[in-house]
Amino acid sequence: MSTADVNPPDAGPFAVNPDDDNPYDLLGEDHDAGHRWAFGTGFTDPLEGVDTSVPDGLDPGALVRCCLALGDDALIYSHRLQQWVARLPELEEETAVANIALDLLGQARMLLSRAGGIVGQTEDQLAFFREEKEFRNVRLAEHADRDFAELAVRLLMFSTWRLALFELLSSGSTPASTGDPVLAAIAAKGVNELAYHRDYAASWVVRLGDGTALSHARTQAALDALWPFLGELFRPDPDALATVAGSTGPGSTAPGSTGDRAAFDAVLDTVLAAGGLDRPTAAPLAAVGGRTGRDGVHTEAMGYILAELQSVARAYPDATW
Amino acid sequence: MTDQSWPLYEVFLRGKRGLNHVHVGSLHAADAEMALHHARDLYTRRNEGVSIWVVRSSDITASSPSEKDPFFKPSGDKVYRHPTFYDIPDDVPHI
Repeated sequence: MSTADVNPPDAGPFAVNPDDDNPYDLLGEDHDAGHRWAFGTGFTDPLEGVDTSVPDGLDPGALVRCCLALGDDALIYSHRLQQWVARLPELEEETAVANIALDLLGQARMLLSRAGGIVGQTEDQLAFFREEKEFRNVRLAEHADRDFAELAVRLLMFSTWRLALFELLSSGSTPASTGDPVLAAIAAKGVNELAYHRDYAASWVVRLGDGTALSHARTQAALDALWPFLGELFRPDPDALATVAGSTGPGSTAPGSTGDRAAFDAVLDTVLAAGGLDRPTAAPLAAVGGRTGRDGVHTEAMGYILAELQSVARAYPDATW
Repeated sequence: MTDQSWPLYEVFLRGKRGLNHVHVGSLHAADAEMALHHARDLYTRRNEGVSIWVVRSSDITASSPSEKDPFFKPSGDKVYRHPTFYDIPDDVPHI
């Protein structure tokens, strides 16, 4: 059936595409296997039916380091976004940022659970009882946004990078994927979330860059300030699994190889061009003795984050809801 | 707060098993595209919707509360306008 068959000629934006889910068809079908949809139902467990044993031939230590890296990125970034709640100028933006923080917290929980399941710890033990030097997040995640422009620019950078990473991880058969089905399932769930985060951030970077003289200046300043953090995102992580480690060989598109940085820059350039912003040329933030966030070397902001994040759990280690 | 606040939009949502879009509330946004984003963030967080419409509140023409009686009272006693006086065939759905 073509679109013309079901729509009057003047249907305009209300035209029904027969390929879309048709509400009348939906009424007749039962999508949720056995029970009617209602508010509060229809939620699925992303790890349902996934074998959680570590696959043969996979180094458990490297898998743990990989999950901690990705999990800590999400946990610390989520905390930084949570700190914006009740400080944003519009209620609607506040909900949007809180939603993104919750998405990342959900990713952190699953990734830390995966790591904890292998080393015999719970997600809470990993989140609340590790020391600063044991956290593997990149330093971009711990940066404190000084204004809304930095929030938007930093989220654009982080979500663009992470989305590319999760797309690789979720495609189970590529050479760049880790071969861990749990990680692939977590990444597959995260891809839709991160695509929305990137969309949200990109729309704001364009709005602000193309807005008033003040919003343009602040957004360019945010770009200039945050650009040095990007180098670390593409550094090799030799002790973790290939995907976070960087290049996995000739022709690899894994994050960390120069080819992937080029793809990242291409996305950024598209957004910056739409917003009338200039790509900075600032040098990457220096490593400390060759070590960066992935090695547990963080900026001074990290201590304050952990103090806030961990103090209650450490004061009442046995507390439950 | 912003000096010049964003305009108000009304949000209509079609649920997974809904036949039509239902008004669920309103929000502030700078333009229609942002209103869609905001609607997604405010009104579909609990897995409610599969389709969203937004429309500027100022674009809605509403019936006036003071004219409620002349508008609606005349149909209050016309029971014969309901399809209650004949049998509905079994194979006609959604009535």
